[in-house]
This record gives sequence, structure tokens and C-alpha cells, in this order.
Amino acid sequence: MYAQMVETGTKRLKTLEEMSPEERDFQEKVDAETKIEAKNWMPDGYRKTLIRQISQHAHSEIVGMLPEGNWVTRAPTLKRKLQLMAKIQDEAGHGLYLYSAMETLGADRDEEIQKLHDGKAKYSSIFNYPTLNWADMGAVGWLVDGAAIVNQVVLQRTSYGPYSRAMVRICKEESFHQRQGYQILLDMMREGTQEQKDMVQDAINRLWWPALMMFGPHDDESPNSQQSMVWKIKRKSNDELRQMFIDQTIPQLEFLGCTVPDPDLKWNEERGHYDFGDINWKEFYDVLKGNGPCNRERIATRKKAIDDGAWVREAAVAYAAKQKQRADKAA
Amino acid sequence: MSEWRLYEVFVRSKHGLNHKHVGSVHAADNEMAMENARELYTRRNEGVSIWVVPSETITASASDEKEILFDPSEDKVYRHASFYKLPDEVGHM
Repeated sequence: MYAQMVETGTKRLKTLEEMSPEERDFQEKVDAETKIEAKNWMPDGYRKTLIRQISQHAHSEIVGMLPEGNWVTRAPTLKRKLQLMAKIQDEAGHGLYLYSAMETLGADRDEEIQKLHDGKAKYSSIFNYPTLNWADMGAVGWLVDGAAIVNQVVLQRTSYGPYSRAMVRICKEESFHQRQGYQILLDMMREGTQEQKDMVQDAINRLWWPALMMFGPHDDESPNSQQSMVWKIKRKSNDELRQMFIDQTIPQLEFLGCTVPDPDLKWNEERGHYDFGDINWKEFYDVLKGNGPCNRERIATRKKAIDDGAWVREAAVAYAAKQKQRADKAA
Repeated sequence: MSEWRLYEVFVRSKHGLNHKHVGSVHAADNEMAMENARELYTRRNEGVSIWVVPSETITASASDEKEILFDPSEDKVYRHASFYKLPDEVGHM
């Protein structure tokens, strides 16, 4: 999940009777699966939760370019380099679709980006892990984008129209990401040297648990989920999504001929799902608090990009003003 | 970037179809809005034509005007072809 632990500001769910007439109208619309649009009345909490979730989602896409950017100049072939650049450009695009959707709620893009840079806004914990070898590009595409797809496919049905439409667009593009990632790994496993095969296993070993953490805490540790589910901002719980991801990923893992670093992982015939071991939640919360392996570097890189680009933005404004002046004079 | 204008983007996906709203972009001027829209919304043959329109120039119906604007059409059922029942013998019309 690209948005983890989104605060809703609600301690307890209201019953329909406790709601104001406007709130009740709103909730009935949501219950009837009518999409909420920018100009419709909405509870303040709904608006704020959406701004938090969509901005967090957008920040994740933008910061998510960095671990991959690390490999653009080191890609093994021109073909792989072009694919990687196309994928990174998509991530930028996804961030921009989402910032646009967020702006329809009255949020200001610059302010939200400032919050990210000040450490007040979160982004997905996964992007605070380093990408140490080329196989990481495969594993990120397959596992990280794979986990994102599981979450985002469901979010296409989210109750807020602009968010839902951004998700539809994003989902179309994500499957390219996942397939190119898996193919990188498949090539290495089929045609690679022993050293290259070891690289694949090493990448999976390092990224498996962080990928599972992307879905956020267990449902009983996730107090905001309930409200988000009632508002249909979220459509499935963290644990449901995580299980879906594991169930669909393990057969792909076996096809690669690799393993995951979880001795407790096994098929449970009775449940019809894979059982899996305990997630290291201390690590998850540490990374979320800013103490992951790359948190400081990621934010510093984003800040530098914005600062270094300031002159370009200023020049664009100056150029536009000058062109307008000329056009006005000629008229 | 907030000082940049917001533009709404419309894309014609195929010749013969209408332009359809796809999202928005920020830009310093019209030309940049077009370039940004191209990069953002048509990376994979999504369209054959793009319109960019400054958001502030769009006049939209308010959501609470729905009844005033659209209700009258509901009681004019005779505006629909299905209102006119014809005998089967007449065939398709």
C-alpha cells in the first residue's frame, strides 16, 4: 500500500442517527456507491483524510523514482535502460495525476510538498530501503509494484471520483512495471551465471519483508481503517490485501526457482491461503519515523531537486510574462 | 508552482470521437501547458488531439443546482422515442 496509517481524526464511528442531515445524505450516497465529486458537500474529516491519503500516495510515487534512478546509469543494456527510464517517467506521471486529484479538494500542491520536506508528511516505508544490485530493479518492479497493484486495483472503486479516476489510469500503466520487473529476474534466473542468480535471491531476501510492510499494520492495530472503510476511501483491509498479495506472488516466486526468507511460509489447505510468519513491526515503525536506511538521503535528494530547479521555474514565469507583454503591446 | 496557472486537459482518443476530460496540469503559459499535457497524459498513444483550457475560464453547474437544471427533463417523457408505443406489425422504427 502506498499510503500507510492515514489519520482520519475519528475516535468512534457515528451512527446514521447521530449525523447531521448533510452528513447523512453524504453517507447514503457513499453507501449507494455514488461517487463523490469535488463540488459536492463532504464532511471535513473525509476531505482531510483524502488529502492526507492522496498526498501520501503522490509523495510515494515521487520518492519512489529515487531507488530506481540509482540504476539508470548502471543498467546492463540500452534496452534495460530505456525500459527503466520509461518506468521512472510513469512514476512521475502517477505522482502528478495524484497531486491533481488532491488539488480538487482545495489542497495546495506546494504546501503539501513542503510538508514532505519538513518531515510532516509520510510516504511509503518501502522507498527507504537501498537498491544495492541490478536484480533489485527486477525485484522492485515485481514485488513493490506488485504490492502497489493489489492495493490500487481496489482503490479504483474508492468513493472520491477524481482519486478513483487517477487510479484507473495508474493501474493501466502499473502492469507494465510489474512485468518488466519480473522479466528482469526471469532472464537472470534462466540465462544468468551463478553469481547473477545469487543476486536475484539476495534482492528477494532483502525486499520481501519490506514489501509485506507496504500494506500497513494489522487490522486490529489500524484504528483509522474503520472510518476509511465506512467512507469507502479504503475498500479492503490491510490484512486482506496483504494476503491477496502473498497468495498471488508465491506461485510466481516458485516459477523463478527462488525462495522467501520466511520459514513459516506454507500453503494452508483449510484456509485456502498461504500462512506466513510474523512481520517485524518495530522495523516498520522505525522506518516510518524516519530512521530507515535511506530516509534522510531520500528527503535531501527531493529538496535538492526542488531547489536546483527553482531558476527554471522562475525563468518560465518571466518568459511567460514577457510574451504576454509583447502580445498585449502588439494588440 | 502555485503561481502557475491550472489548466484542464481534454484528449481526443481517436479521430471521430469527442475530446474527453482527463485531468489537469500546471503551467506558466499555454504552450507549456500543452507540452506538459502531452508528457503527462499521452505517453502511450492515448490520443490524437489535446485541448488545454485555463481552469478559471470554465463555468460549471454547481452540484446543488442539480434539481433546478435537470429536474424539468424528467417529467418530459414524451421526449424519448420509447414513449411512443407502436404495434409490432409496424416493425423496427
